[in-house]
Parts: sequence; C-alpha cells; structure tokens
Amino acid sequence: MAFGAFQTAAPAGGQAPVTQVQKKSPVALWLLLPGILYLILFFVTPLFSLVITSFQAPIPGGFLGEFQTAFRWENYAEVVSTYFSHISRSFIYATLATIFALLLGYPIAYVIGVKLRNYPLLQALSLVLLIAPFFISFLLRTLAWKQIFSDEGFLVGVLKTFQLIPSDAYLTGTPFSVVFGLTYMFLPFMALPIYTTLEKMDLRYVEAGEDLYANPFTVFRTITFPLSIPGVISGTLLTFIPATGDYINASRDFLGSTDTAMMGNVIEANFLVLQNFPAAAALSLILMASILILVSAYVRRSGTDDLL
Amino acid sequence: MRGFGKYLLWVYTGMAMVFLLIPIVYTIVFSFNDSRRTNIIWRGFTFDNWLDVCNAQDVCSAFGNSILVAAVSTVLATAMGTAIAIALVRYRFRFRNSTTLLLFLPMATPEVVLGAGLAAQFLQLGVQKGLPTVIIAHTMFCISFVVVTVRARVAVLDPALEEAGRDLYGSPAQVFWRVTFPLLIPGIMAAALLSFALSFDDFIITNFNAGPAMTFPRFVYTAAARGIPAEANVIASAVFFAAIILVLIAQISSAIKRKRLTLAG
Repeated sequence: MAFGAFQTAAPAGGQAPVTQVQKKSPVALWLLLPGILYLILFFVTPLFSLVITSFQAPIPGGFLGEFQTAFRWENYAEVVSTYFSHISRSFIYATLATIFALLLGYPIAYVIGVKLRNYPLLQALSLVLLIAPFFISFLLRTLAWKQIFSDEGFLVGVLKTFQLIPSDAYLTGTPFSVVFGLTYMFLPFMALPIYTTLEKMDLRYVEAGEDLYANPFTVFRTITFPLSIPGVISGTLLTFIPATGDYINASRDFLGSTDTAMMGNVIEANFLVLQNFPAAAALSLILMASILILVSAYVRRSGTDDLL
Repeated sequence: MRGFGKYLLWVYTGMAMVFLLIPIVYTIVFSFNDSRRTNIIWRGFTFDNWLDVCNAQDVCSAFGNSILVAAVSTVLATAMGTAIAIALVRYRFRFRNSTTLLLFLPMATPEVVLGAGLAAQFLQLGVQKGLPTVIIAHTMFCISFVVVTVRARVAVLDPALEEAGRDLYGSPAQVFWRVTFPLLIPGIMAAALLSFALSFDDFIITNFNAGPAMTFPRFVYTAAARGIPAEANVIASAVFFAAIILVLIAQISSAIKRKRLTLAG
C-alpha cells in the first residue's frame, strides 16, 4: 500500500534520522490506546455505519428520511444508474486537475527546491508564498475566481474585447471553470511534496549527467524526474483523492452549475437536502472503494519506476 | 538555446506563482471595498469593514465558533497524535502494520466520505449535531496529520540524550518532561499549527456534522448564494496576515540559522 507516499509530505527538518532502538514495553500500549481507540470509534465504525445505511430500505408509509435496516442491495444499482454521469465526471475532472496541477506545480517545486538552493532567504520566502493559500479561506479564494470569471468581470470583458472568445461566451458554470478551480485549489498540495524530494536531491547526479554530455532534457528525464518520483506520487495522490470527492468547485454557488455536478455534490444533496441517506451512503462507499482501487494500482505501478 | 530554456523556466514559474496568489490578493483587496450588501463590484476604498467587523450579522459568532472548535480539536489531536508518533518510533509492538494502515486511511479517504460516515453514525445513535460533533470530527481527521509531522521529529531525536538523563538518575517521567518533550516541541508546534489550520478551514466534514452550528467556512458557504459581506473578507485577511507573520518569522529564523551553520562549517 501507499504508506510511504504521504510520509514524504512531512517536513524532515533537514536532519538525518537517527537509528532508533525499538524496545518492547507496556508503555507503548498506553501511548497508542487513546488515539487508536478514538480512530476506531470515529473513523472505523462510521464506515460500518455507512455500510449499514447503504443497504437500508424506506419504511413503508414512513416520512422523508425514515429508513429501516434491510439488505436492499438495489440501492447500489440505483445510484450507479442514476448518477453514472456524476461518477464519471468526478474521475475525469480530478484526473485533468491532477495533470494540470503537476504541470504547474513541478516547475515551482523545481525552482524553489533546486534553483534557489544557494539563496536560503529567497528560498524561504518563495516557500512561504507557496503555502500562503493555506492561510486564507479556500471558499473565499474559490469565490474570488468566480468573480474574476463572472460575466461582468474583468477577464471576460478583456477576452471579448480582443475577440478571443465569442461575445455570448461565458466562463462560470462550465467544466473549464470547475477543472480550473480544482487545479488551483490543489496546486500547493502537488508542489509541496515534490519540493520536499527535490530539495533533498543530490545535485552531483545531475552534474555527472552533464559531464557525460547529456542535454538538459535527457538529464531531467533520466535523473531529476526519476529521483523525484516519491514526491510526484504523494503530490498526485494529495491532489487526486480530495479532488475526486470535492463539491465546492463544482457547486452551483461557486464555479459549477447543475451540468458540472460531481459525486460530492450528489452525496451532499442526498444526505443533507433530500435525506436519502442510503443513496448518499452507497455513493460514498463507491467513491471510497474506487479511489482505493485506483490508488493502490497506481502506487504499485509507479513503485517499479516505470511511471514514464 | 540553453539560456532561453532557463529564462523560460523562471517566467513559467513566476506565472504559476502569480496564479497561486491572485485570489489571495483579490480577497484582501475586497476587504477594503465600500460595498453595501454584496461584495462583487468595486465601489471604492474604505476602512469601515475593518473597523466594524461584527457589523455583518453572524460573521463574528461563526468566527468565534471556528476558533473554539480549532483550539479544542488541536489540543486533543496533538496529544493523541504525539503519543502515537512516539510509540511508532520508539517501541516494538504487535499490530504495527494495522496501526499504520489505520493512521493512513483517514488521509486517503475523501472528506465527503469521512463526513457522511460520521453523520450516518450520529444519525443511527440519535446524537444531536452541533459544535461537539464538529469537534469530534475535526479531532479525528487531524490525528493522522499530527502523527506524520511529529514522527519526523521523533525520528531525528538522538536517544543518547535521554540515556544521559537516565544515567543522571532521572525518573522516566523526569526524562520525558525535561529532555524528550522540550526537544520535540518544534515538531509538536508544527503539528498543532497544521491541525489548527486544517480545522479552521474545514468545510466539507463540518457541513455534514454541524447541524445548526455555524463555523466561519459554513458562514461563507451559505452566504455565497446571496453574496458574501465584506466583513468575511476582513476576517479571512486578518487570519491570513497573522498566520503569514508567524510563518515568516519561523522561516527566516531557520534560514538564518542554516546560513550561519553553513558559514561555520
């Protein structure tokens, strides 16, 4: 599994790990118990609650939102046929956003992690700029794009003036704006782990490649990129997983419209508005299962260094 | 050709950085907008929103709730996560693989699934949703991030230092509180800041488990349909400035330290 994938996202603090002597002691149990128990109570059992809920059937003659325990497996068939377009849209949008975030994030990570290595202050400042989006409400940032893209907004006006888009064109509520918003939202999550691996990369490998008359592209393809693969894997996972389940960007009040609704939107609507809990639970489990399958296949494949 | 390529990389990266920062600048600029009700069109510069933040209905109480939730869940998650991180590095125990899996899975699960799962559980148990359920949810998703952050710090901690403490007849508790804990403080602080930021800005899980309780992100989400008051921009900008100043101080001091180390070495 992808245990290692997320660990590169953690700052190493520039120090090498010390060999740790691991001893057996009852202390370990007391250290682990509270947190593990907490996760069992509020992470594991909720997943079972989802499974139970996903098979529930409506109470005959009951009110909206009233269900009883049953084994109604048809719930799954129904949500897949009803929401097939939302399911496929989620994965398409998330894949596109992951690709775009990689194309934008990799150069940022490379410049900060490699090019700015000899300028610690500039490097530190650029790093602050890269994590700056984390400190300001992501909902307001997404709304900022909505307003920039809006029909009365500056951008649409300029594009129309230069006739780059037809005069009746619009940007908000389109697949473009949703993928744009997802790319934007997860760009730092992509760039940071890549930065962490590139920052630790030994530049002598690159020099060796250059000494052997490799052109910059070959050096990048055969040395730099393969060495940065652990970061690329965590970055793509940290982008793809939350992007698939996101429902902010695709929401009607933000960058989307009803035509761009993703799985997250229908889960939210079924759970919180329509009170169709079994449908929401079945969709959630389908989402989680597909992500786990995709992610483990991806990690296994890229683990063998043939990502290219 | 090579020089041009280099130049291209810098321009491209610069543009990507600008792309990253545009919405931040936009949000801050519009906190100074002399808006009446909806804060969409620029109507002129004013300090009024900053001077009278709580003027907009409910924005301050939502902000207060967010701070409360973030503070409580940060304390809980940091305590439990730090203990797990120490156990993972320092001790041998059975079920290590299942423990790592249990810590990894919440980070690999989309928030909407975590939120819906907890909400389904609260529904089945008949628990009333409110701020306590939000705190329960936030603590849950913060623990894994605390473990990952603190574990990196425990791994670079030299066990010889604790050994020295024991050699000087320190009791296990004394060794922990006088030696281990102070050395772990930077990692614990980083983990706590991360938890606080994750909790403060969380919307998806919160929305499933808040019931009638308002947090700042929920306020923004519900207000989005009818227009966000500029006061929301003020609060977001103020939080941003506070966080950036903290991070800048930390980054610059560590950069200076590193420079000094390289000069000395």
